[in-house]
Order: sequence, then structure tokens, then C-alpha cells
Amino acid sequence: MSNDYDPLRVIPTDAPPTVACRKKGSFEPALTLMGEHDLCPGCGEPLALRQILDSIEALGHAQDAIGVIGIGCYTALTSLMDVDLIQALHGRAPSVATGAKRMRPDNLIFTLQGDGDMVNEGLQEVIHTAARGENVTCILLNNGVFGETGGHMTSTTVLGQRTKNSIEGRDAKQHGYPILIGDLLAGLQGTAYCARASVHDAKGVARTRRFLDRAFTSQEKGQGFSFVEILTMCPTGWFIPTAEGPSYLDEELGAIHEVGELKKDGVLIDRNA
Amino acid sequence: MSAAESPPNQRRLMEGSEAIAEAAIAAGCRFFSGYPMTPFTEVLECFAKRLPDEGGHCINSESEIEAIGQAWGAAATGARAATGSTGQGLSLMQESMSEITRAEIPIVIFNMARGQGDYFQATRGGGHGDYRHIVLAPESVGEATELTQLAFHLADQWRHPVVIYGDYLIAHTAEAVQIEKIDFGPLPDKDWAVDGSLGGTGRSRNVNPIGMEKGSKGIDPNKFWQRLSDKEDRIQEAEQRFEVEQAEDAELLIVAFGTLARFARAAIRDLRAEGLKVGLFRPISLWPFPAQALRDAASGCKRVAVLEQNAGQMIDDVQLSLLGSVPVVAIGGISTDAAGFGIGALLDSDRIAARARDAYAGKPVPRGVVS
Repeated sequence: MSNDYDPLRVIPTDAPPTVACRKKGSFEPALTLMGEHDLCPGCGEPLALRQILDSIEALGHAQDAIGVIGIGCYTALTSLMDVDLIQALHGRAPSVATGAKRMRPDNLIFTLQGDGDMVNEGLQEVIHTAARGENVTCILLNNGVFGETGGHMTSTTVLGQRTKNSIEGRDAKQHGYPILIGDLLAGLQGTAYCARASVHDAKGVARTRRFLDRAFTSQEKGQGFSFVEILTMCPTGWFIPTAEGPSYLDEELGAIHEVGELKKDGVLIDRNA
Repeated sequence: MSAAESPPNQRRLMEGSEAIAEAAIAAGCRFFSGYPMTPFTEVLECFAKRLPDEGGHCINSESEIEAIGQAWGAAATGARAATGSTGQGLSLMQESMSEITRAEIPIVIFNMARGQGDYFQATRGGGHGDYRHIVLAPESVGEATELTQLAFHLADQWRHPVVIYGDYLIAHTAEAVQIEKIDFGPLPDKDWAVDGSLGGTGRSRNVNPIGMEKGSKGIDPNKFWQRLSDKEDRIQEAEQRFEVEQAEDAELLIVAFGTLARFARAAIRDLRAEGLKVGLFRPISLWPFPAQALRDAASGCKRVAVLEQNAGQMIDDVQLSLLGSVPVVAIGGISTDAAGFGIGALLDSDRIAARARDAYAGKPVPRGVVS
């Protein structure tokens, strides 16, 4: 919603209104339908989703964005997302987004996937989509567990993290090492923009929004594949008190999956510089 | 249309793969994605060569799973889209085929099968859950071009996937064909397809296989499944296709589909010359199976002989159609070559005639491998 409200404008009262009446200072998001959802208290996914939808709206894509949704807790939020959507299979969203973008190159096409969806089941899809340089934006909500099944290990679960099938903590000898998907995708030539954000605090939320804006802008410019990984809280799947979610995310997952931009305009960012 | 706009639709010798791709393009297909596999490879080659000229896209996908995913995304925007492989590749696509059917996305899938062993996969809904999709089995390159165009029409009409069941012979035989756009009549608007335009209106779309609706957190599974189930009933009623030849006086009715039916026709010509009353029933739609038509054609026969190039799959549908009213015998069998492409001993009208003669006389016909 562009704010064209001008308090000094003289409003002619003898003619019918030409602009719809608008509440000043309304904080109701434009692309989020108001309603109940089934996600747990302390979940980071609605926070991330709000940033995605707000970014789409702010960049003027409210009526050309098409989302391709994976399978995970966030799937339950699709009934509240007021943009056109295609529901894909677990892991397959990047391929579906590829087909949609090829047929509708002027639309903003994005995927929404979890770490189980993208990094376990659909790793091949996202890698090939990036390598092909498809002009789509893939968004990963990474909480290091299969939240929907009740907290099971994924490919991004960090070493030492307790899950229902790594109950004593993820052990490299038995369970292997986590995949740092952002770093992996940044290294591919077809990737134009790549960043990792986190919604554990207000600053992180603001940064998430900034990275999303840049990824979508990269797609607008036709630069190729863009990717934003958003670390989200899952206190239920981590078996910790709800209030400890943000600090656990920052200190445990955030220590391995480091927040920051990894690639911009097709150029890798030297994070040690 | 000026001469410059219209392509030279002359009758010319074309390999089945090329003819199928040309027919699909004539039908408005502008997206194809596939992964090479014999005998499907040349279909992919032809699309890769031709689609860019038509303003379309052909993606050399990294797997069959991605191929169908990409076609899914393209079709969800309302474009006419297709994918394909052999039965082996279609095995990998089954998860998506199941979900696409539930998401009611019109898509055409070519199975250039290695023989007829994929009958169950094609007609039973090879993936999870309750669904069937339309399956059309051409017997010749010429018919393949017509059924390919029909497939796109039926897919849009019913919002349902359609499989074209071809084989090595369809893909690699050259026949003289003329490809022109066929008008099958009006179609419903694709107002369900995503174009992004309804964002922010509260009426945005969600093309999904789970019955998810906007503005509520729930799914009404009963409403969702009832709609799909009713639709499949209507398809079953409306889309049965078949061909009957010389059944009026037949004592033995041979049931065969696809290219094998042409070998059966040659055998029947010889058997008729010997004075044996043999007819042919050829299902063109494998699902929905033309059950009533088969029952009618077989009503005066002593026996029905099922000729299929597999261990016995379509025979189930034949028996379900006839419900014991006429005795059913199998005269086909497993028939393939060392490469596994389905070019086996059964593709021989003399051998088929010999087996039909045994069935005619009520003698047992050997089961299993035909050698």
C-alpha cells in the first residue's frame, strides 16, 4: 500500500470520493489474511513469512508474485498468504518454480521451503535450479529439524543438537555433518544473490527483510538464481522452553549457519575481509 | 492466415517421435521437460529443437522427477505443458502424477514404453492414493498425432493428466503423416491458473493437491475428495474410446491395444482367409477402459483372446468387463529383446495367428515368455 495520504490536501466535499478511505497508521499487513493458524507458540516461521509478504508488497509485486510452497509446518500458513500459490511436493518446489518462471518470466516467482524439504528431500532440485541460473528466488526456513513430525534430524541439524532421532545430540561419526546450504549454493555460477538471515531478534528481522528485498530485486534485474536462508525458532522441535528459542537459535544454529550475505551481483563476498 | 504464418502442413514421412512433438506443438504445447531414455529420447530431441522457435521452452531436466515438476509449474500457470519418458522414467514421476491429478492440473505425459508391461502402471494410478488418469494408446504414428492433440484437449477439459502410451515402434517408425491443428471445440476458461493477479484481493489462488483454501486454516477433505471422485466418474462415462473390427460374426474376439493390434489385424486377415471367424477389439482409451463396448462386441463370441505383450495385465480389465459372460484366454506373453526395448518374438503376425488358431480350437496356449 503506497502512502499517498496528504494531510494538507483540500478534500472537495461536494464530489464523490475518488480515493478509498484509509485508516491512518494502519499496521495491518496487506498480503497476510487475518485468521487463526496452527503453528506453535514461539515458532519463527510466521515472522519470516510476514517479512516475505511485506517485501513482495513493498516492491510492488502484490499482483504478480507467485509462490511455490513446499511441505512443512509453513504449509499450514498458506491459507493466510494472499498471493497466488502453487503447492508443490516435498522437495520439488524449485522445479515447479522453474516451469512457472519459464512460462511467466515477468512474474516474481519464489519458493518457500523448510530445511527438510529443501536440503534433505530436494537437495538435487535446488542445486540444479541454482546451477541453471533460473531467475527465481528460493527461500529456506531453516530451523534444523523436521518440525512437523515432531523434531527429527535434518541435513542442517548442527553437531550436538538433540533431535528425536539423534537423542544424545547429533554425532558426526554416526549422523554425519550438517550441510551449510547457503555456502554450497553461493559457490555455484548460476547463483546471483545468496544470503543467510535470522529472525531471533528485531535486528535480525530487519536484516531478513533487507536480504529478501535484495533477493527479489536481483530477480527483477534478471540476474539469475537468488537465495535467502532464514533461520527460524522451533522451541517445540528443539525440546526447550518457548522463551529460550531466540537465544538457542542465535547461539547454537547461528554459530554454525552464520548470518550474513554470501554473494551479491554474482560476486562472492569475502566474509573474513 | 497468410502463407507466411502458416507452416507447410504437408503430408510427409516422419518418425513417430518427431510427429508427436510436432502434433503437441500444433496443439499449443509450449513447455516440455524431459530426461533422455530409449525409446523416448528422440521425443525430447524434437521438442528441444522445435520449441524455442515457437517461443516455448524445452528443459533438459536433471532427472525425471524434476522433469515432471517443471511441467507441473508450467501447467499451473495455464500453459499447455508436457513431459515424458519410458515406463522406467514414469516410475520416478509417479509421486508427482498422483499429486498433479489431485491438484487438477492439465498436463500430458508421454510414455514411450519398452513394450506393454506398463499397463498396470498406466491404468491403476502407479502412485499413492486414490486416483486414475486418462490413458490413450495409439496404434500408429498417424493416430499418435491425433491422440496427442486430443490429449491436450482432454487435459484442459477435465483439468486432469493424460498419458499417451506409445512404444518403441511408435517412437521409431517413420510414417507419412500430415499435422494440422485439430479443433475439438470450446474449452472452459483457465481462471484457476496462477498468474499472480489476485494477490492482495483476498481471492488469491492456491493450486494444490490437498484441498487447501484461502482465509481459513482448515481443509474440508470430504468436499475435496467428493469433487475428485465425481469427476473421475464423469470421465469414466464420457471418455471411453475403442475400435471394433469384424466382430459381428466372430467366434473368437482378439483384444489388443497399441501397435500390437496392427500385428493382430494382419493375423486376423490370414485367419479369415482360412475361414476362421475372428474379430478385433482395440481399446484406445486404456483408462477409462471401454467395458460396455467390449461386452457388446463379445456377446456373440465363443471366446475372447487377450493379446498383450506382458505377463497378463489388461486381461484383468477384460475379465472385469465381461464378468464371466464369455470365456477369456491369454494368447500374448512376455516378449522382449536383449536390450529390453520390447522388440520381441510376439511382434510376428504368423506367431499370433498360430496362437489364435489354438485359442479358436479351444487348445491351451503357452503362458509366460513368447520365444
